[in-house]
Amino acid sequence: MSVSLTVNGTVRQSSLDPETPLLWVLRDEFGLTGTKFGCGVAACGACTVHIDGEAVRACQIALGDVWGPVTTIEGLSQGYTLAPLQQAWVRHQVAQCGFCQSGQIMQAAELLAQNPAPTDAEIDEAMAGNLCRCGTYSVIRAAIHDAARALNGGSAG
Amino acid sequence: MSRLGKITRRTLLVGAVAVAGGAAFGTYKIRKPVTNPLRPEHGASLNPYVIIDQQGISIIAPRAEMGQGVHTTLAALVAEELDADWESIRVLHGPPAAAYFNAALAHGALPVPDYDLKPWQRRVTQGLGAASKLLGLQVTGGSTSTVDGFERMRLAGASAREALKAVAADRLGVVRGDLRTEAGRVITPDGTEIDYRDLVEAAATRPVPQVELRHPYEWKLLGQSLPRSDMRAKVTGQAEFSTDIVLEGMKFATVRICPYLGGGMAGFDPAPALAVAGVERVLDLGDGVAVIASNTWAAMQGAEAVAIDWTPSHLPATTDAMFEQIAQAFAARPNSTMRDQGAPDDIPAGIEVEYRVPFLAHSTMEPMGATAVLQDGHLTVWVGNQAPREHLKVAAQAAGISEDNVTLHTVFLGGGFGRRVETDITRQAARIAALVPETPIRLTWSREEDMRHDFYRPAAIARMRGAVEDGRAVLFDAQIAAPSVTRAALGRIIGRQMGGPDKGHVEGAFDQPYAIPNYRVAGHLADLDVPIGFWRAVGNSFNGFFHECFIDELAHAAGRDPLQFRLDHVGVESPVAGGVLEAVRDMSDWGAPVSENVGRGVAMIWSFGTPTAVVIDLEREARGIRIARAFMACDPGLVLDPAIVRAQMESGLIYGLSAAVMGEITFTDGRADQGNFPEYDALRMFNTPRIEVGILQDNPHMGGVGEPGTPPAMPALANALFALTGQRVRSLPLLPHADFLV
Ligand code: FES
Ligand code: FES
Repeated sequence: MSVSLTVNGTVRQSSLDPETPLLWVLRDEFGLTGTKFGCGVAACGACTVHIDGEAVRACQIALGDVWGPVTTIEGLSQGYTLAPLQQAWVRHQVAQCGFCQSGQIMQAAELLAQNPAPTDAEIDEAMAGNLCRCGTYSVIRAAIHDAARALNGGSAG
Repeated sequence: MSRLGKITRRTLLVGAVAVAGGAAFGTYKIRKPVTNPLRPEHGASLNPYVIIDQQGISIIAPRAEMGQGVHTTLAALVAEELDADWESIRVLHGPPAAAYFNAALAHGALPVPDYDLKPWQRRVTQGLGAASKLLGLQVTGGSTSTVDGFERMRLAGASAREALKAVAADRLGVVRGDLRTEAGRVITPDGTEIDYRDLVEAAATRPVPQVELRHPYEWKLLGQSLPRSDMRAKVTGQAEFSTDIVLEGMKFATVRICPYLGGGMAGFDPAPALAVAGVERVLDLGDGVAVIASNTWAAMQGAEAVAIDWTPSHLPATTDAMFEQIAQAFAARPNSTMRDQGAPDDIPAGIEVEYRVPFLAHSTMEPMGATAVLQDGHLTVWVGNQAPREHLKVAAQAAGISEDNVTLHTVFLGGGFGRRVETDITRQAARIAALVPETPIRLTWSREEDMRHDFYRPAAIARMRGAVEDGRAVLFDAQIAAPSVTRAALGRIIGRQMGGPDKGHVEGAFDQPYAIPNYRVAGHLADLDVPIGFWRAVGNSFNGFFHECFIDELAHAAGRDPLQFRLDHVGVESPVAGGVLEAVRDMSDWGAPVSENVGRGVAMIWSFGTPTAVVIDLEREARGIRIARAFMACDPGLVLDPAIVRAQMESGLIYGLSAAVMGEITFTDGRADQGNFPEYDALRMFNTPRIEVGILQDNPHMGGVGEPGTPPAMPALANALFALTGQRVRSLPLLPHADFLV
């Protein structure tokens, strides 16, 4: 028995048990290792991906329950061109160890899709589930504001 | 990675000359050159730090990139002199090799405060770098990487450049001095350009020109905030960490080791695990099991399912009993009294108090993991680590093969903080790979395994006596008891017991630049076998808290402003340290009236060569106490990359504040009570303060930046809490005593 799902625009088949969390299907079966494992209990956000545009914790969603197309960090950019959020992340030199950053970016992407000009408080609220042990929070916040400006047609920087 | 694919240890590069930019240069006492470990598949290596092939220039960073930006700064040191094009160079982790020993590790070896080192003492400690060389310690730690690389990596770039120019000069029949270099090319006076790639094969066989380094005013890269070499990979999910290696036919493993530390396994029943879909094998590791499956989730489910008969830990049954055991160390003679001024015993104490701090976990964002395969008797391991040679040695032992048959790739570290010096993960991965030869294994620990099998920051107790007179401190008498990290960790790493006074145990307390007439710091080593290790800032992480909270108590006892009180004692002893205090005073507008809902605290600690002061503002809100603002000032001397220094300062601060607010590992029957983030959390974006960082460059000596932000964060927070509530909390974490926003 296999489960079919769309990941980054491509239809793929998984032969893993439908109870398997999506995280491990992505990492172990599909080789999409940009999505990270940090806790397995929805407490860190390292595994954040989108299902149908919604940011979810891939460690908590069983393969059999995936309800729409999945986007991972690998699917965020168009070829070599980085997505606006990724560009802002580069401009602000956000990543330190980088392990949390796929999850941070995917969480921020959902925020900007819903709220094109979030306030500091709204950013803090949206990002509360994403831990960064290197402490990159201030530059993450700045990069989100910056990406929001860029997406709204303003000048970035 | 394939660029370094064929590198084996102890092989001399074809045509390699004596090592340029390695230990053959400089002031090291032992002048025997080290062997260049690089043997690229294509192209040529000019020294252990530079490979040039048809794809361009690769710079080899001998230290681990764990978020601290060291790849960027070390590469910039080489690129500055090499005249490489910054945007097009690649940076690779160096293989395990003696050539990459960390000489600066020994710089802290003298029992003298860093701020007070005489020039001759500095020279002596540089000579001690030779000991690191003999031991071949290729360790990333102690905030030493930049200091260690500062000369030798620039020399590597300079001598490679001159060798390339010499080849060009011969070819064109001009003198080397007439040539210049730019962006990876040699340029002649008439404008002819020759790409380094066309010169490198010949350059690699020439004697190494001895060259002068450029003066800092000529620098184009150093001193600037450069785009980090790893940034693009880290925002696209392409950066490879220990468990991101994809190999044909790979299987997925996890382990479950006896959580009762020091205990073992009397027996186990694999049947329930083998019933889990996807589980293929359960392996006996002696003190626990490894489960191999078709995916990591199945392996983790399987590991949970194995019925295991654990044998008990010999550790005290409760955390309280552990503290009692630590306190017993006060009864014995001190291991060290590295500060002993005046006659402390003759001064009656006005204040006598005790401080306590708990065990802490590193809790790196990435749980421990590794990838390994034993193929045709050769073991290959991919593991993010802070000590490649030790990891390689352990891997060979665990697989029962010689070190020549091991290749170890250091990949990105998902946070290190001292945890990835330890070789436990590599030992397991090698062992498992050897038990299932020809099968690549990706080993991932659960967060629970990671938190319960850490090498913890030790718990510690300080007994303090102090007195003030006429607004000044006249007595500061500290006794500090804790198990010794230095002995535990170095015992594991280099396999020998270190005797003598343990400086790491009292660093952050005995070496602070205060002028106090009766000033004594005694270290007592406790006999307690909890696995402990290097945790960001090591001894400074607890001693900084003791020292700077107690100074605060003395200031209040003297009826003085705590920042001015510090300045009065520090300014005379070290103007550099006084400078960082003045900087945070000005940045925070210290002394200006604040609302009664605000409490401000200050602390300053000199660690890893860099004095760092912090002011914390707390604000009482309806929902709890917010850490509203932090002002930091540091003086690491010459700054090579300001953005990286700033990032490291913020990082160190947040790491320290997280611990001070809520970090605590407790034990029951030798098993850590905390297993995952819900029980051992850290600051998140909403409760992290707004941070302002001031960077001074008045320090005549270069200091580290990865750790010095951590020690002052904790006491500044506790001192701010006192200012806000009037409650002097003498133990960490603070959360049980105050309703911080969490
Ligand atoms: S791994 Fe899913 S939230 Fe931590
Ligand atoms: S960058 Fe290291 S955990 Fe966020």
